Amino acid sequence: MHNTPRSTKSMIDFKKVVLAGNPNVGKSLIFNHLSGMYVEVSNFPGTTVSITSAWYKNYNVFDTPGIYGVSSFNDEEKVAKEIILQGDIILSVVNALNLERDLFLTLQLIDMGKKVSVILNMMDEVRKHKLVINSKKLSELLGVEVYETSALKGEGLENLEDAIKKARQGKEDKFVKEKLNLVKNEIQDQAEALLFLEGDREIQKKYSHIKLPIEDIREEIYIHRRNRVKEIVDQVESIDTPGGLFFSKLGRMALNPWTGIPILLVILTLIYFFIGDLVAQRLVDLTENTIGKGLIEFNIKKLVALEIPNEIEVTVLDEEDNLIENKTFVFEKGISGDKKKFEEFENFIKDKNTELNFVFKNPFVEFFFGEFGVITMTMTYLFFLLLPLVTSFYFTLALLEDSGYLPRLAALADRTFTKLGLNGKAIIPIILGFGCVTMATITTRMLGTEREKTIATALLQFVIPCSAQLAVITVLLSAAGPQAILIYVLTILTILILTSTILDKIVPGHSSPLILDLPLMSFPDLKNTIRKTYYRTLSFMKEATPLFFLGTAIIGFLNITGLINIWINVLEPLTTKVLQLPKESAVAFIMGMIRRDFGAAGLFHMDLSTYQIVVALVTITLFVPCIASFLVMIKERGLKIGLIIWAGTWIFAFTIGGILSHILM
Amino acid sequence: MNLKERMEMKTTLDKVTKGQKFIIDQLPDDDYKLQLIRFGIAEGEKVTCLDKILGGTIILKKNRLEIALGSELAKRIKVTMLN
Repeated sequence: MHNTPRSTKSMIDFKKVVLAGNPNVGKSLIFNHLSGMYVEVSNFPGTTVSITSAWYKNYNVFDTPGIYGVSSFNDEEKVAKEIILQGDIILSVVNALNLERDLFLTLQLIDMGKKVSVILNMMDEVRKHKLVINSKKLSELLGVEVYETSALKGEGLENLEDAIKKARQGKEDKFVKEKLNLVKNEIQDQAEALLFLEGDREIQKKYSHIKLPIEDIREEIYIHRRNRVKEIVDQVESIDTPGGLFFSKLGRMALNPWTGIPILLVILTLIYFFIGDLVAQRLVDLTENTIGKGLIEFNIKKLVALEIPNEIEVTVLDEEDNLIENKTFVFEKGISGDKKKFEEFENFIKDKNTELNFVFKNPFVEFFFGEFGVITMTMTYLFFLLLPLVTSFYFTLALLEDSGYLPRLAALADRTFTKLGLNGKAIIPIILGFGCVTMATITTRMLGTEREKTIATALLQFVIPCSAQLAVITVLLSAAGPQAILIYVLTILTILILTSTILDKIVPGHSSPLILDLPLMSFPDLKNTIRKTYYRTLSFMKEATPLFFLGTAIIGFLNITGLINIWINVLEPLTTKVLQLPKESAVAFIMGMIRRDFGAAGLFHMDLSTYQIVVALVTITLFVPCIASFLVMIKERGLKIGLIIWAGTWIFAFTIGGILSHILM
Repeated sequence: MNLKERMEMKTTLDKVTKGQKFIIDQLPDDDYKLQLIRFGIAEGEKVTCLDKILGGTIILKKNRLEIALGSELAKRIKVTMLN
């Protein structure tokens, strides 16, 4: 393995155990059982797919992404393939309800000549569906051990160690064996030989000197294996009572537009109340303002300000966040140099709704602890705004995923997204974008081709307002009245269609069609959902944290060097002439580059007409994404595409804003 | 059965309707072919159209397996209808 966790153990001769299986087979539950507390999450070298590994007794256990077969159709398959190739023992985790689908992978693993044991999971579901599976017969036909489990209920997990110990090579397909003989002399490793014959591009590159009509062979092998799956399933499975269950009805209803769209609306409403209202408003208000800014940031700054000259700017607001008064307290020798004034300050802010801003004369201190302090602002932003938001989003996503709803939603949305040059799967990053564009940009990895990833990223960066921004937009728009709302929504929708049409035309490459397996719908397992949420949030924070620090450092640098003012001056004619907005709004746009909601929030205190509000909000929605999502975009899509999209948002936002402004005013 | 009737039964997957059974005659000749075969949607297989979503996305059923297929891909799959 590329990353070998715990170097102490790497000296001993340990075996690599790999868990392999289709998506939604309960693989991670099995892994959780084996791994216990100590799990290593890392990005697979050269890719963005994260892998988890852990120690179980003297085995190094690896979890792999869910795949339907060992091949290289996408990043996840490539990663799973690499891990499987290097594995000593493979536990093939199978959803007993879906033998027909899952055994393809199992047979492929056996054909690779790997030592395999089959974990026949979800046996409780099998009983519920009044199905009978003869696992003894299955074991006989496959030539490997088969263990029945219900990971959700913890049944049969005690046999996992036995499964690892008794793993052995199974019965290879006779046809495949014949074909393997064709390359026996050139490729020693049977697994590689098989993948070569199956046309795996990476393996073929490795053995490019071997000339064989691979196209025909790989198809023959696939069809042969398929037929063998069918023969096996026919022999081991009996009695099937189709349908009749609540969940299969629900699954059907989720697909029919007449019932599926209302179901989607109900789910979105629930999500809105959970994330949009409970988390983004109430919880974040508590964590960001009360704990983050009010308690932690304040005390850090106060500590720094003790000995260092500073000014504290106090803005007093009423309950509707309208400005009441401004007052500045100057501490020439730091707070400890003027204790009396600090008491005065404390009395002044007591029981008032205030915003405090510490200004440090020393640029170095200002850089780290000032208004855009690299330490103070990043900390509050990361842990008290983003963390609760991202956790709740990943939790919701995991719930939807484990319930089997997401593939149905993707199928339902497929037609619409095909028109945008994407396929139905793209609905997931787009919906996530309404939570956090940065997070959604990372999720575009799940899309099939580079073209789709670029289009989805561009849409996110151009048109989709994140939850922080959405909250401010909603408040401003509802104050501006129904006409403003209508113009705003129509403009944004028009632009969504316009942008996607243009992107569809100009982004090179091809988009992949939807080929999606629809698993049975079921109640998600809460424990697994929480675990999934935990690992995803952890990996997001790991990836985002350095980028946020970098972003704040750039802004901080622009701020203390005064470059930000030059930028504001450059922007000013654009805002006054093109957009016909007051010149202070230039500041709001620049602030929007740091955090999208800062930008919109800056408009709160300005005296704007209804149309000006609409123009400003449309422009700010389309305008450059926050610095964090900009950096994530560069990381994911590369510097060139990232910069093109970024520059595009500038041009686009001011052109559309300008046109709208001149139509309205 | 005359030739005309026979011709009418031959069509592409996007033309099938809900509940119809059919046999897969020909899959498109690219990577998607293998992905379909993995799901058991291979040439010569008997498959049912479980549902057709407004806009053309096809939901196929083969035994207990349900697969959603985009309409563009469905257009490239040749089938023979059975009922």
